[in-house]
Amino acid sequence: MAGSGTDETPGLDPKSAAGDASQAGRPSPVLSLEHAAKSFGAVQAVVDASIDLYSGEAHALVGENGAGKSTVVKILAGVHHPDSGHVSVDGSPVSLSGPADAQSAGIAVIYQEPILFPDLTVAENIYMGRQPLRRFHRIDAAMMRARTLALFDRLGVRLDPGRICRGLSIADQQIVEIAKALSLNARIIVMDEPTAALSAVEVARLFDVVTALRAGGAAVLFISHRLEEVFEICQRVTVMRDGRQVLARELSGLTADDLVRAMVGRQIGQRVRAAAHAVGEPVLKVQRLTREGVFVDVSFEVRAGEIVALAGLVGSGRSEVARAIFGVDRYQAGAVTISGRPLRPASPGTAMAMGIGFVPEDRRQQGLVMDMSVQQNVALTSLSRLTRAGLVSSGAEGRFASDWATRLKIRYGRLTDPVSQLSGGNQQKVVLARWLARKPTLLIVDEPTRGIDIATKSEVHTLLAELAASGVAVLMISSELPEVLRVGDRILVMREGRLIAEYARADATEEKLVAAATGQFAGAR
Amino acid sequence: MSTVVAPTEPSGTPTDVRSRRLTDRVFRLRESGIIVVLAMFVLVTTAIQPRFLDSANIQFVLVNTTVFALLALGETLVVVSRNVDLSIGSVLGLSAYMSSSLFGSIHGISVVVVFLTGLGIGLACGFANGLMVALGRVPSLVVTLATLYVIRGIDILHVGGGEVVASTLPSSFTNIPQDTFLGIPVVAIAVAVVVAAGAYYMRSFRSGRELYAIGSNPEAARLAGIPVGRRVFTAFALSGAIAGLAGVLWAAQYQTIDSSAGTGYELQVIAAVVVGGVAIFGGSGSAVGAAIGALLLATINSALNVLGISSLWVEAIAGFLLLLAISLDRVISLRLANALRLMRSRGGA
Repeated sequence: MAGSGTDETPGLDPKSAAGDASQAGRPSPVLSLEHAAKSFGAVQAVVDASIDLYSGEAHALVGENGAGKSTVVKILAGVHHPDSGHVSVDGSPVSLSGPADAQSAGIAVIYQEPILFPDLTVAENIYMGRQPLRRFHRIDAAMMRARTLALFDRLGVRLDPGRICRGLSIADQQIVEIAKALSLNARIIVMDEPTAALSAVEVARLFDVVTALRAGGAAVLFISHRLEEVFEICQRVTVMRDGRQVLARELSGLTADDLVRAMVGRQIGQRVRAAAHAVGEPVLKVQRLTREGVFVDVSFEVRAGEIVALAGLVGSGRSEVARAIFGVDRYQAGAVTISGRPLRPASPGTAMAMGIGFVPEDRRQQGLVMDMSVQQNVALTSLSRLTRAGLVSSGAEGRFASDWATRLKIRYGRLTDPVSQLSGGNQQKVVLARWLARKPTLLIVDEPTRGIDIATKSEVHTLLAELAASGVAVLMISSELPEVLRVGDRILVMREGRLIAEYARADATEEKLVAAATGQFAGAR
Repeated sequence: MSTVVAPTEPSGTPTDVRSRRLTDRVFRLRESGIIVVLAMFVLVTTAIQPRFLDSANIQFVLVNTTVFALLALGETLVVVSRNVDLSIGSVLGLSAYMSSSLFGSIHGISVVVVFLTGLGIGLACGFANGLMVALGRVPSLVVTLATLYVIRGIDILHVGGGEVVASTLPSSFTNIPQDTFLGIPVVAIAVAVVVAAGAYYMRSFRSGRELYAIGSNPEAARLAGIPVGRRVFTAFALSGAIAGLAGVLWAAQYQTIDSSAGTGYELQVIAAVVVGGVAIFGGSGSAVGAAIGALLLATINSALNVLGISSLWVEAIAGFLLLLAISLDRVISLRLANALRLMRSRGGA
């Protein structure tokens, strides 16, 4: 199947098709990104990123969460314009100021979850806007079907061009996108964590497709957290750390350990908490919690006065466990107890009544009512206390909110301003204030400092530490390893729906956590 | 599933035939439900009152369907792109009055000119809707709800308390609904041709398919380089023009036109479109299905009339039918999803 691409493939540059990436003295790169930088407000996502891609190679781009990989992908897709640095294709600089520019430069991006037309057929999805025509500008459906089949043939996959896309698996949707890229004569194919949602069989098929694409002369930029996949299909690797390219070379001769070391290698910030503090009785006990296809057999406990950090890659099931504990999602097996009392599943109301507070991952979508005022948002979960004769007293609400705003140092204009006017960090504090006001015995925070500036970040860390010192049990989910190491007393690591490692704060290092999260970890809990 | 599909002969292999048959079945499925309901209605009514299948009554039903089938075509163009046009009833009213009053003011005016006038009035209204939705980025529900009242207001101001009466209309105009060819009303044939042409355009031309793409996933449509604003604008302009044309046809049929012509038609048309299998949130359905939906509503009206049931019941029953059709639609799409999942697991594609 891989060999099918070596024939003369229409649309691919025959010269690049002849090139072999593994040869020394290879031709000039088909794409190079040179010294790109990009910041969003105060956050510098990419500081200095460079990547060279050669025709016929699969090139891995690896790095921790937040290392800047996604921003690089979006620069190549034309979604973000770099603040400095430039992109060249075939040696000549190109300006990518929109997805259309990227497309005409021959760059195609396959996202983890493709954006398709669910009501239209596979063939139409591939050729939308470019359908082959017959007389009188009518769409030539037979030709469109034949060309789609030819594309699938080149990729070595079987998919019915005539079926509608609704209900296609993620893997098949990616195939549709790849076929579309091929039909557009894309020579640079960027795959952003394509395997994250695929089964083993589907991953194997995708790898065959990647091999076929390489044989056809395309360059594939493969982004993955699974290092074993990187070694399986890639020839070269670029490692990013903190927005910079830190390593770029052939993979042969490297080990997974080398990559992990390159990905981490960073000074760890000072811990926020004193070493000694009292830890009480277990507050949260999770026993063998299982939600089919999401997480399996997860057991752990969080004690009063303790901060447990749940680390792992995005998509490893951490947030889903938290949502199941709080009762937002159902689970098939297992049990949750709060201070020894069983917690009824699938009932956020009960969870709240038993003293659980939950600060969700996406504060804009799940945490805040953006159109409501600051004070209404703070008071939202405490309304019963602020109610007189069935009506919410706005005076009491205001006093209540201003009290909490002062305690958490929330910076706002007026309490009656819509919460959407606040900065990200202050919005996060509003969500925290809302839950702290209920005096929870267990607080679950999911990515508490995502997208907020460094000063506010450290205020949030201090706040969590103070909270634990006052006897609250805290479960913190975070993708930022420095945060995990700074705040957590104990660190649990999840990988692909399983809890696979646990470290006391003294034993944990970034290397160990990355190794565990990416599956380079031999030991088990 | 181990046969290798030769790209040059896409229709040759068994896999192909089977999958194509399935898609065909699926496509027919969307309209077959409504045809079954229609047939049941006709059978039950005829069993009770055989007069229902008189050629006179059939002609009556067909002529009554024409206006709604036309409006349903325009509405389908809009709904498929995940929009809605609520102004068509008002556009029809304005066009009906303004075009037919020309017979009184300009002696001996050609019927063709009157039809073109109605078309032009509708097109102007459609332009206004399209501009506000496409350029102003205002949700179409809001825009056309506003123009529903604005256009009706203009109509009322213009008409005042007056009306166009049959005596001012020439027979060449009032005879239009009566003309038959082989016993079938000529207007019904003409409208059927227009609807078929509309459905063919939507199925076989890029700009037509792009309406479905926009309705299916607006974000993906933008990424695919589809001129979303222009397509949506065109859909509204066409819907307006068709409503204007339907207005002239309405005038020829009813012959007494005051400022209330077409009031409430928008919701009946949307009902017909949804009953006809067009997904209310866009992306799928056909103008033929919508026209069959219009035929069903006209049949129900007539059947209740023939059966001597008070017309007071008609709206309640039409509403009930809408609920039924939406539930049916849901069931069918679930079945469809299941069938496709089954096929995938069996095919292992």
